[in-house]
Amino acid sequence: MADDKATDQEVPQGFDPSQIGLAQTAMDDKEVESGNLVQFVSFKVDDSEYGIDIMAVREIQGWVNVTTLPNTPEHVRGVLNLRGIIVPIFDLRCRFGNGLTDATELHVMIIIAVGDRTMGLLVDAVSDILTINTNEILPVPEVDSSGDQRFLSGLITVQERMVALLEIEKLFNIDELVAQVNSAAE
Amino acid sequence: MLPAAHDDPFAQFKVTFFEECTELLADMEQHLGDLESGSYEGETLHAIFRAVHSIKAGAGAFSFTRLVEFSHKFEFLLDELREGKLEVADDLVETLFRSFDVLSDLVGFAQNAEEPEGNYGQDALDQIEAYLGGSDGDGTDTKPGADTAVEEGAEAAGDASGGEDKPAVKDDTKHFRIEFTPREAMYRHANEPLLIIRELKDLGRTETTIDTSRLPALQAMEPEDAYFSWVFDLWTTHDRDDIDEVFEFVIDDCDLTIVTLDDSNTVVSVDVSPGRTDVGDEDDFGFFVPVAPIVGGVVSAVDPTPEKEEQVPEKKEEAPALAAAKPAAKKPAPTKPGAAAAGPAVSSVKAASIRVDVDRVDRLVNMVGELVITQAMLAQEVELGKEMSTDRVGSGMDELSTHIRELQENVMSIRMQPVKSVFSRMPRIVRDVSKKLDKKVRLVTVGEDTEVDKTVIEELADPLTHMIRNSLDHGLETPAERKEAGKAEEGTIRLSAEHRGGRIIIEIVDDGRGINREKVLELAIEKGVVSEDAQLTDNEIDNLIFAPGFSTAEEVTDLSGRGVGMDVVRRNIQSLGGRVSVQSFPEKGTRFTLTLPLTLAVLDGMIVSVADQKYVVPINSIIETVRPPKKDVEMLVGGGSVIRIRGDYIKVLPISLVFGLKGGEQDPSKGLVVLAETEGGRTVGLLVDALAGQQQVVIKSLETNFKAVEGIASATILGDGSVCFILDIDGLSKMKVPQHRLKEQKRLSSRSETNDNEDENENDKTAGVAAE
Repeated sequence: MADDKATDQEVPQGFDPSQIGLAQTAMDDKEVESGNLVQFVSFKVDDSEYGIDIMAVREIQGWVNVTTLPNTPEHVRGVLNLRGIIVPIFDLRCRFGNGLTDATELHVMIIIAVGDRTMGLLVDAVSDILTINTNEILPVPEVDSSGDQRFLSGLITVQERMVALLEIEKLFNIDELVAQVNSAAE
Repeated sequence: MLPAAHDDPFAQFKVTFFEECTELLADMEQHLGDLESGSYEGETLHAIFRAVHSIKAGAGAFSFTRLVEFSHKFEFLLDELREGKLEVADDLVETLFRSFDVLSDLVGFAQNAEEPEGNYGQDALDQIEAYLGGSDGDGTDTKPGADTAVEEGAEAAGDASGGEDKPAVKDDTKHFRIEFTPREAMYRHANEPLLIIRELKDLGRTETTIDTSRLPALQAMEPEDAYFSWVFDLWTTHDRDDIDEVFEFVIDDCDLTIVTLDDSNTVVSVDVSPGRTDVGDEDDFGFFVPVAPIVGGVVSAVDPTPEKEEQVPEKKEEAPALAAAKPAAKKPAPTKPGAAAAGPAVSSVKAASIRVDVDRVDRLVNMVGELVITQAMLAQEVELGKEMSTDRVGSGMDELSTHIRELQENVMSIRMQPVKSVFSRMPRIVRDVSKKLDKKVRLVTVGEDTEVDKTVIEELADPLTHMIRNSLDHGLETPAERKEAGKAEEGTIRLSAEHRGGRIIIEIVDDGRGINREKVLELAIEKGVVSEDAQLTDNEIDNLIFAPGFSTAEEVTDLSGRGVGMDVVRRNIQSLGGRVSVQSFPEKGTRFTLTLPLTLAVLDGMIVSVADQKYVVPINSIIETVRPPKKDVEMLVGGGSVIRIRGDYIKVLPISLVFGLKGGEQDPSKGLVVLAETEGGRTVGLLVDALAGQQQVVIKSLETNFKAVEGIASATILGDGSVCFILDIDGLSKMKVPQHRLKEQKRLSSRSETNDNEDENENDKTAGVAAE
């Protein structure tokens, strides 16, 4: 779906759609080969550093109290009023199984857009904006059997530190959440 | 959200076209209703004609051939009608309705890019043909001069209902012949021959001949040039000066000769020059000088004033038409007046309103909502820091508050629409249903201009339709029965709307037989809706018809008993935050009353506090709030509690336990119990700590960015900017307190553990009336 939209914008009207598709795929390959620059926002949770695609980030704001949602998993901290929109806030530390974050004013919420939903991630601090080449992204070795690794899309090294890139869509899969909520309610 | 633009450059225009179609069809339906009820005037016929014509024009532009073909025929019929050649009779109205249906369907097909079956709508076409056959056919039907419908007079163009008159030859009537040939520049100087022709017509009886011989091929045509010339025969009591006055503004831009003729010329002077083609009435048989109903349509092909959309198809159609006009001197004249008539009407509408995307309005509503909240927050801050702020800050805040409230009201009013759009569909339903049932019914609508939020209107159509059907089917008797009961054979259904106390009240009142209470009660007992020994008041019995799974129809008809009953109506209305009730007067009639909020975006809520949280309970579902005395609180096996109110046991749900909040009152006799009614009509008690006030809240969806949470309907934002949840009474009533919380609860209150069978059994012998 997202690809389609991009195609619409870039290609002049009246273009044969099949051609567009071909052209697009060809271009993708070329870009990957030659290396393509992407940007990530990096942030800290405990001592680990993570990165998310900068295009997904809408804004960053300091922690304020949120309204607790009843009967939801622990990592759902509640909802926030973001200029009239009700935005759910997820506790990343808790999502990674390290217990609830004791949120203070110094903690940060990263508001992101996933698909057509807006949500917020509670993290310890935002550290940097990283510009890296896609060919620097390394695959995640399978070391964990708990399955939490599927949240990671790749690893990069920045100044001798490892930054794990997050696959947000998998992290907060709504269907999965529903299942969790249902089990929590029992 | 724009439609995929890459495959169809016209997609955007199509969207507009279909939007317009929807509006036009709605208007048309209403006018047809007027036609049927007899409360119409000449303008009604014109309006219907214009609607069909506009649809045809648009359809032509997008090459929806089926739509064009059908609307063309339909238009023909309407034209005959508005020119008075056909009488508005019941069976004709029937045909019009049928044609309307086909037209709507064809629009639907075009919209979905589907192709209707080959013979779709043929029955309607046949009916139309049947009418047209008598007078005169479409463009292909060439029976030159065979018809004898000569009466087509001067009044045909404008005055459909006007009495017909032969050339009234009185002593003071003079006969002028006016030859009027516009020069090329005339249209460029913004002159409009149609106006001139109309003015001439006002002077007296006219007969018009048009010379189209100078019209070039379409590709060579300059839209602003003048190609036609006219000869008018005018019988008038006015002087020559008056005629000169008509041409005063164009005298420099045209060749004009005016001659006075004597009476004998009225009939004999048929000096139609060679090549002159009359686009007028086809029905004359050469006796009269060819008369033209109107020439305005021809003008529209040349005249740049009609709106573009209309002009494109107009030209398209003109070309073959004119070609056809030469050999046969026949041409679907009726299409022409429409363009001219639609022109001014459209422009006047344009000035009054603009079309705005609903999304935009919604964004505006949202932003103003935000503004209100921010303002409330600021006001609070100013109030807190009173000593530090100056008077000017305070008065500025007051002013700001006033302005923002006004702004909010105005923005909300953009979404308001008159209920007319729903009410106007009802005559049709009454018509169809009463016909099927063989009942005579008159529908009276009152207060159609009452305004209510667009979303409410959209949701209103179904319940209203269902209730009207119900009244027709069950409420009203057959004419014979009515006669026997000493009532007029024709039953009446009155549909009314009015504003009352910030809500809209819609009533459906019929003068039928009322609700058969015995039968209702019998059925209710049979279906287990009420117990056999229940003592019910008349009103309670009446309202049983809303109970789920209830239908008094002895056999399921395809009218009101299509598997859904009044319980669905009630559920629909309640999901809109409204209520529905019924009052019945045996042998006199039944009154259904709908009470609805004016908008779905705002809700009246009671704010309750539970532990450290606040929740909103929709006021319309609250029955009462009580703090029951200790003796009325009973514990059930497993830990649930009930309270006894007026002999009924009502389940109590401690919100803090259901939602797993820390703290919060557990003892109904210490907290407050909000008795709320669920959609199914059951009552549930919500145990909260305290009431924290009442206010209107703006409803925000929780599902947009998250998902539905059980027991919570939606969210809202309070004055301090915090999010607050609106409770879903229906959802809550189905929830149970999780066992582990109950156990914890028991441990906390140091009660002995009992069997954890959480059954809502009112078996109080083991209820462990745990008096502390």
